[in-house]
Amino acid sequence: MFAFAVGSGLSIASILLAVIVLAAMLIWVERRLLGFWQERLGPNRVGWFGIFQVVADMIKIFTKEDWVPPFADRLSFVLAPAIIMVVVLMSFAVIPFTPEIGVIDSNIGVLFVLAMASLGAYSVMLGGLSSNNKYALLGSLRAAAQMVSYEVFMGISLLGVIVLAGSFNLREIVESQADGWYIVPQCIGFLIFLIAGVAESHRLPFDIPEAEQEICAGYHTEYSGMKFGMFFVGEYLGLVLISSLITVLFFGGWLGPSFLPPIVWFALKAGFFIAFFILMRAALPRPRYDQLMSYGWLFLLPLSLLNLLITGVAVLNTL
Amino acid sequence: MMLLFYLAAAVAVIATIGVIVQSNIVHGLLYLILSLLAVAVIFYVLGAPLASMLEAIVYAGAIMVLFLFVIMMLNLGQNTRDQERQWLRAGGWLLPALLAAVLLGQLLYVMSGVEGLSAAEQVGVLAVGSRLFGPYVLAVELASILLLAGLVSAYHLARQIRSGDE
Repeated sequence: MFAFAVGSGLSIASILLAVIVLAAMLIWVERRLLGFWQERLGPNRVGWFGIFQVVADMIKIFTKEDWVPPFADRLSFVLAPAIIMVVVLMSFAVIPFTPEIGVIDSNIGVLFVLAMASLGAYSVMLGGLSSNNKYALLGSLRAAAQMVSYEVFMGISLLGVIVLAGSFNLREIVESQADGWYIVPQCIGFLIFLIAGVAESHRLPFDIPEAEQEICAGYHTEYSGMKFGMFFVGEYLGLVLISSLITVLFFGGWLGPSFLPPIVWFALKAGFFIAFFILMRAALPRPRYDQLMSYGWLFLLPLSLLNLLITGVAVLNTL
Repeated sequence: MMLLFYLAAAVAVIATIGVIVQSNIVHGLLYLILSLLAVAVIFYVLGAPLASMLEAIVYAGAIMVLFLFVIMMLNLGQNTRDQERQWLRAGGWLLPALLAAVLLGQLLYVMSGVEGLSAAEQVGVLAVGSRLFGPYVLAVELASILLLAGLVSAYHLARQIRSGDE
């Protein structure tokens, strides 16, 4: 019960705590990194290098008035921010962090993550629909189309890895990469998964559902206080989840030379992708909504199908 | 395991009743999602993990999102809510509920004799896949033709007519 093993109480509690604290800390990390890349300072006043900025932000967000607009549909308005947190945290259950740390070894791990990702779309849609606000409705319409479309490519791009590993179990996928990470044979699948991952977590190059310059803040225009905070932290949780998934599926998870413990390898790889996503935000402009859709359906879909076809042929040839 | 089954079944039944009696269309849809997720749990408990995940991904995750999408487009307001409430008045429910209760009683009576279906072994993804593309490959192909027909007709309905055409 009190030792690190898959599914032990200590494992579950430490994963939950670490993931939520990390997601909150990312608010500060992102602002500092953005400042660094844009040659300005970023928040550096509160504590050592501004590290307590998160605490200040949390105090602010918890003490703000938590207001439900009278014209909103109360049930779905309150439910929406909870959905994103629950769904993303549930996805972490099947992620194998190290040989010892993990919540569950499921034979349908990859499918479980995809199912949770598709349920995550409700959070954004219900948030926008229940707000009874034009900007929010526009934002959630965009979010619905974007998330449903990019889910398709996300699933298909993963199939190459699953064909090579012969399993839906994320732990077995990591173990089968002992003699070579899947980034080499599946580099196209990796790129598609990366792009689809950004679109699924609607982060900056693809943050069309919130696009503050055109539609205010999109689906969370009417939200304030901790309900907004949950959308905010949920987005960072999604970022951590996508980075962990990329690490597990394409970069050999905890595998690495033995001079560092497995958890450090996992953290290094996942941290690299988190920083990469933040750099992408600093570097790329936002595409137009129709550009995003036609890019997905006319370019990514054929490419991911082709990738799957070629992987299938290669695997059948070596049998 | 049996307790999980009955719990999920109860959730499914109650949520489905919720879908019918709810006059707010979005709340009705939320109940429908809940009911589909409960069915996914039932599949899992009965030893079909693949079916349960597909239920969650395809029905709860994709088809219901499209339903919600359409509801957003139609933007049904207070009028439809009032209309729905009028249709759902108690008087009209009495006879159908009575008839359904008789049928339910009969069903329970018949089912009570059947040997219980205690969770068989888990049917993994590999087993389902090799059956689908082994003995049942014809059904898979037929289903894909049906989907293709749907795709072609959707494309036909949604095509843009340029000023030069027709």
